[in-house]
Amino acid sequence: MTQYILRRVLIAIPTLLVISFVVFAILALAPGDPLAQFALNPAIPESTRERIREQFGLNQPWPVRYVKWLQQLAQGNFGFSFSSKSNVSDLIWQRLPQTLQVVGLAYLIAVLLAIPIGIISAVKQYSLFDQVATFFSFIGFSVPSFFTGLLLMLVFAINLKWFPIVYSSTLEVKDWSSFWQQVRQMVLPVTVLVVQQTAALTRFMRSSMLDNIPLDYVRTARAKGLADRVVVLRHILMNSLIPVVTLIALGIPTIFAGAIITENIFRVNGLGQLLITSIQSSDTPVVMALAFIFAVLTVTFNLIADILYGVLDPRVRYT
Amino acid sequence: MSEANQALDASVPPSAAVRLEQLRSGLTSAKPRSLAGDTWRRFRRHPLAIIGSIILIFLITASAIGPRIYTKSHEELDFLNILVPPGTPGHLFGTDDLGRDLLARCLFGGGISLSVGVAAMFVSILLGTLIGSVAGFFGGRIDQFLMRLTDLFLALPVVPLLLLTVYLFRDPVTKAFGQINGIFLIVVVMVGGLAWMQTARIVRASFLSLKEKEFVEAATALGVGRWAIMFRHILPNALSPIIVAATLGVGTAIITESTLSFLGVGFPPDTPTWGRLVTDGSQFLQSAPHLALIPGALIFLSVLSINFLGDGLRDALDPRSRL
Repeated sequence: MTQYILRRVLIAIPTLLVISFVVFAILALAPGDPLAQFALNPAIPESTRERIREQFGLNQPWPVRYVKWLQQLAQGNFGFSFSSKSNVSDLIWQRLPQTLQVVGLAYLIAVLLAIPIGIISAVKQYSLFDQVATFFSFIGFSVPSFFTGLLLMLVFAINLKWFPIVYSSTLEVKDWSSFWQQVRQMVLPVTVLVVQQTAALTRFMRSSMLDNIPLDYVRTARAKGLADRVVVLRHILMNSLIPVVTLIALGIPTIFAGAIITENIFRVNGLGQLLITSIQSSDTPVVMALAFIFAVLTVTFNLIADILYGVLDPRVRYT
Repeated sequence: MSEANQALDASVPPSAAVRLEQLRSGLTSAKPRSLAGDTWRRFRRHPLAIIGSIILIFLITASAIGPRIYTKSHEELDFLNILVPPGTPGHLFGTDDLGRDLLARCLFGGGISLSVGVAAMFVSILLGTLIGSVAGFFGGRIDQFLMRLTDLFLALPVVPLLLLTVYLFRDPVTKAFGQINGIFLIVVVMVGGLAWMQTARIVRASFLSLKEKEFVEAATALGVGRWAIMFRHILPNALSPIIVAATLGVGTAIITESTLSFLGVGFPPDTPTWGRLVTDGSQFLQSAPHLALIPGALIFLSVLSINFLGDGLRDALDPRSRL
C-alpha cells in the first residue's frame, strides 16, 4: 500500500511542475504589459516604470522568472499583486473562506441528495421515481449554471423577494439575526452548484448500483434469506460506493470551477471572482497563484481518489 | 431437434423459382440487416431521443436558413421600440435596450453558438481519436507517453485556463484572422483542445481489445499496412463510443462557449452569440427578463436535446451499456 501511495505521489509532483510551467509560459508569452495600467498614468514617467519593472524582476527572461517564482513558492510566497498592491497570499486568504463555505456546503448537500436518489432509482429501475429522477438529472447537466443562477435570481430574489439579490461581502456573523442573513444570502449560490453536481452524481450512483445488482454475490445474499433492506444497504451499496467515492473526490475541483460562475452572478467575493477581476486587470501574479491553486486542487483530489480507490478495492493496487 | 427443423422446412417448401433467385443474388434471408438499420430500430424506441432530434433539427434549420427568411437585421437600432416585451407585432421575441430585434439576434447567434459547438467537438474528437488509437495500437513507450500526457491534460484547471488563454490571445488572433473568425478560431481550438482526453481513453481501450482480434491478424497476414489496419480495419469497429462521445461533446462545447461569453471572455459584445445575449440581458433582469431568459432557454433546449439524442444513440449503438 505504501508503495502504491508513494508511486502516485511521485507522479503528482512533476505533473504540478509541468502545469505551473505551462501556465507561467502562457502568461509570460502573452502580449500585453502587466504594467499597462501604470503606462496610462501620466504621473508615472518612463524611468519610474523601468524601476518598477526592475523591482518586480520583469526585465529578466521568463524562464529565469519562473525559477525565481518556484523558489518564492517554496517559501510560501506567491508574490505581490500589481493592482491591489498587497501580498497575493493575503488576498487569497481573504477570499478563501467565502468560496469554501459556498462550495463545501453545496457539495455536501449534493452528495447527501445524490446517494439516496441514485439508490432508489436503481432498486426501482424504470419506476415513476426513476423516470422523474432521470429526467431531472438530464435537465441538471444540460442547463448552464449561469442560466440556473439567473433563473433562481429572477424567481426567488426579484419576484418572490425571499432572498437577497446580491451577496453582501461585508456581513459579519455576530448573532442569530446576522447568521440568518448569512444563511439566506448563501441559499441561491449554493443551489446553483447543488443542481449541477447532484445531476451527475445521481447518474453515477444509479449506474454503479445497476452494475452490482445482477452479480452473483447479490443472489447469494438473497438466497441466504437476508432481508431486502440488508441486501441493498449492506451488500450492494457498499460495493457500489467504491467507484462513486472516487468520483466524489474527482468532482471537487470541478465544483471549484463552477464557483467561478456562481460567484460572478451573485457577486460573492470569493476566489472565482478574484480570478476574473485579476485576469481582466492583467494582474499576473494573482492569476498565476490562482491557476496554480486550481491545479493543486485537481492534482490533490485525483491523488486522493486514486488512493481511496486503492484502499477500498485492493485489486486496483496491483495493476 | 434436427428432425423438428427438417419437419418445419418440409412443411413450407420454398418454391423452386424463389430458391433459384435467392441463390443467384447470394441471399438466403429476405432482407439483410445492417448496423445502421439495427441502430435505427433501437433508437426509435427512445421517445425522448426522437423528440430531442426533432427539436435539434428545428434549431439547426432555424439558425441556418432563418436569417434569410426572417430578414430583419440583428443590428438595426429602433429607439421607438426599446425593451418591448415578447409577442409584440413585428418583434416576436421583443427587443433589447437599443431596440434591436431579439428574434433576429437569437437566429444569428444560434448559428455561431451551434457551429462553435460542432467545430470544437470535431477538434476534440479528432485529437482524442488520433491520440487514443496511436496509444492503443502501438502500446509500449508511445502508449506510456501519450497516457501521461492525457493524465496531465486531465489535471489542467480547464475553466481558469480557458479564461486566461482566450483573454490573453484574443487581440493578436483577431488581428490576424478578423474579428469574428479570430475569436471563433481561438474559442474552438481551446475548447476542443481541452476536451479530448475522455475520447482518447475510450478509443485507447477499444483499440487495446480490438487489436488482438482475428480479423486484425488476418489483415496483417495479408500484408495490410499498419496505418490502414488502424484506420480502415480497427477504427470502424470502435466507432460507436466515439459517435456517442461526439454527440455529448457538442453539448459540453456549447455550454463552455456560452459560459466564456457570459464571463465576458469570448465573442465581442457586438456579436450576439447565445451566451453573450444572456450576459447582456442579465442587466435587465428586473425590467425585461425575456432578454436573458429566451437565449438562455435556447442554450438549455439545444443542450438538453443533444444529451437526449446522445443517450438514445448510446442505447441504440451499444445495448449493453447503461448510464
